[in-house]
Amino acid sequence: MTHQISLKLNLHGADSASAASSLESVIRDIPAVSNVSLNPITETLVIAYDDERGNPEMFITRVRAVLGIDATVVNEEEPAHDHEQMLRESELRALRQKVVIGAVLSAAIVAGAFTPILPTQWANIILWGMTTPVVAYVGGQFFISCWRGLRHRNANMDTLVAVGTGAAYGYSALITLAPGVLGAVEAQTYFDVAAVVITLVMLGKYFEARAKTSANDAIRRLLALGAKTARVLRDGAEVDLPLEQVVAGDLILVRPGEKIPVDGDVLDGASTVDQSMVTGESIPVEKGPGDPVIGATINKTGAFRFRATKVGQDTVLAQIVRLVSEAQSSKAPIQRLVDQVTAVFTPVVIMLAIATFTVWYVFGPQPSASYAFVNAVAVLVIACPCAMGLATPTSIMVGTGKGAQYGILIKDAESLERAERVQAIIFDKTGTLTAGKPVVTDLRGNETQVLSLAYALEKQSEHALAEAINSRARQLHIAALDASNFEAVAGRGVRATVNGQTVLLGNRALMDENSVPLGEFAPALAELQTGGKTVMAVAADGKTVGLIAVIDEPKPSASEAIAALKKMHVRTLMITGDNLSTAQAIGRQVGIDQVVANVLPQDKEQHVRALQQERMVVAMVGDGINDAPALAASDLGIAMGTGTDVAIEAAGVTLMNGDLRSVPATIRLSRATMSNIRENLFWAFGYNIALIPVAMGVLYPFFGWLMNPILAGGAMAFSSLSVILNALRLRRFKVS
Amino acid sequence: MSVDKIAVGIGGVAALLFIAWFFFGKRQTVVAVESRVRITVDGGYTPEAITIKRGRTVRLEFLRKDASSCLEEVVLPELGVRRHLALNETTPIDITADRVGEFAFSCGMNMYHGKIIVVE
Ligand SMILES: [Cu+2]
Repeated sequence: MTHQISLKLNLHGADSASAASSLESVIRDIPAVSNVSLNPITETLVIAYDDERGNPEMFITRVRAVLGIDATVVNEEEPAHDHEQMLRESELRALRQKVVIGAVLSAAIVAGAFTPILPTQWANIILWGMTTPVVAYVGGQFFISCWRGLRHRNANMDTLVAVGTGAAYGYSALITLAPGVLGAVEAQTYFDVAAVVITLVMLGKYFEARAKTSANDAIRRLLALGAKTARVLRDGAEVDLPLEQVVAGDLILVRPGEKIPVDGDVLDGASTVDQSMVTGESIPVEKGPGDPVIGATINKTGAFRFRATKVGQDTVLAQIVRLVSEAQSSKAPIQRLVDQVTAVFTPVVIMLAIATFTVWYVFGPQPSASYAFVNAVAVLVIACPCAMGLATPTSIMVGTGKGAQYGILIKDAESLERAERVQAIIFDKTGTLTAGKPVVTDLRGNETQVLSLAYALEKQSEHALAEAINSRARQLHIAALDASNFEAVAGRGVRATVNGQTVLLGNRALMDENSVPLGEFAPALAELQTGGKTVMAVAADGKTVGLIAVIDEPKPSASEAIAALKKMHVRTLMITGDNLSTAQAIGRQVGIDQVVANVLPQDKEQHVRALQQERMVVAMVGDGINDAPALAASDLGIAMGTGTDVAIEAAGVTLMNGDLRSVPATIRLSRATMSNIRENLFWAFGYNIALIPVAMGVLYPFFGWLMNPILAGGAMAFSSLSVILNALRLRRFKVS
Repeated sequence: MSVDKIAVGIGGVAALLFIAWFFFGKRQTVVAVESRVRITVDGGYTPEAITIKRGRTVRLEFLRKDASSCLEEVVLPELGVRRHLALNETTPIDITADRVGEFAFSCGMNMYHGKIIVVE
């Protein structure tokens, strides 16, 4: 056997995606190569080749010929370095250096400005000399950004800082050079304003950059969960392969304590698996042959082999990452107003500053030029559009990331906003409130006769009730009779021909519709139903021959979840195809407010709409497959996932585990996130609305209050930081 | 009222009008895109508005030249994309629009804007 080697090339700098994909086919045509895969996102190319016939230099030469760039070999032995992380760290370092230099010079400038020992003009020249590096080096980026924006007739916070501090600096320089140029106006310089404001804004930016990193760490944490290699059985031998080379269908070996690399189904062996990182369930899950396993979860006790079903971008983890990042970038409806304001905010502030200058100059007290100037600068440097822009997205980012940690996947910001307002929650019964695995508890009539007829009708079916009958029949070794002329009657049962007899299996309605009397079984049926059991009658040739009672126990988490919702003043309902007495028995057991029984699957949607007509904001909790129309009709569809499917189309929220306590947790998380957003908006807007007029001097005629530009700059620098820090408080959210 | 006050008063009003015209009175040029387009991120987005055909996948290549932290992220809310743009690098984003209409994109702080117009 030849020795297969895998090589990963970094194609950073490749100019065109189409050229890169033509590169893929060029490499594939090299005889030594057995497999090539191009990842356009990471801009890497993975090549599997025979090392006796090929070598890395050969591929690098081809890359150069096709793309004109020098590809570098990615060494998989080292932990793959995070390019983005690296950039962020260097950015932080640069910011820190600027803050330190700015702070030292500003302190000296402030001290020098207030203790005049030298003649004024000489002092001003020294101050000018110290301020220039602060403006040019520390604050240079504001001026560059301002200039770049102005070229495109755009403005942002940097524009305000640049214009404000630039004016203070330019004016002071002018005064220094020609003290008498502005006539009788007092020759006061504002070098300290320029230096201190720039330094404070930089300090704010530094803290902001640090805080942002932690606001955004949900995705990074999820990505870090993924395994790097997999132990794959290929050609009868175990090989450790990088994850990129694992394909669907591979047989993979997992030992105790190891991470399960990709999604798949267990073939043999048994173990317990800690799935908390993906589904949020805290108790390890038992796995045996046939059970699905999820990549990135941790195998605890035993060893097993499984067949990979999903790899790469199809795995549950990859889907979660995609879903969370989509949710984080979505816009909450609450933000529409904010958007309208921020779009015009900066130009409006510049106009307010001009108006401030003009009014103070024309109508203000002496020295009017000084007042006009200082107040206009204060207006420019106090306004903070960033705080408004950051208010909503930062909370959404932290909130959805927090949800993912508990297995609560929120589709978008709109769903989060709706979850907050939910007043009533409808639970589907089977498989949602209950485990969905019914078992036969009682049987009336001749056991063998009843079960063999029922088995004949249900043996092809995968319906949960059928499963209960089939497994009981198999347990008792009942022979399978042949049935023909199948007919399923929705919400009622089934009809078929067995041994020439017309056999009915279903609920009371089915019997009534076919005019089959229950006869002696009528009292037993009523009694069994009152006990919360689903009862099916079996009839042959128009005569009832027996009853089968099945029970589907509520999930252990159900009562606790319903109680939590009640405490939150949310009305709870259960919807089911079962008859009323069965449904009520289950309803009582879990403490639900209201039971809606005898509902055909296709009518669930109508009941959702009926509640909405009562002006209720309705959430529907279901399995996402059978309940899709009802989930879609509700204001908020909550799908109980099984841990293996992530993006359920009709649902606004997908719960990765079957734990019903995630439902109240979702509502609590949404309430926490939305009130966090409101706090942020209150501070961001209130701040600008309250302080800009103060800076303009509207309080001066009444109290003589003015805003010192240095204080204004400081307040501005910390307003966006305060928004981010407030959003970060959401990280302390606990599900219970 | 002294001459300088009158001059400042008139100058102030003129400056207000100029600022209003400068920021609010600009026209957008719309670029029709077939399969890919380079959008330069530098004090805004160039081009600022593009048209694409419905159902066609288009690659937007954002080349960020501006170090301002405001522009470090690009957000396409309707398409569920929020991407960090590395400075002086091209970040490709593939988009497919399945309905006709206008999709806005903006920087992470919603200061700079652009739009994608989807046509039949
Ligand atoms: Cu700001």
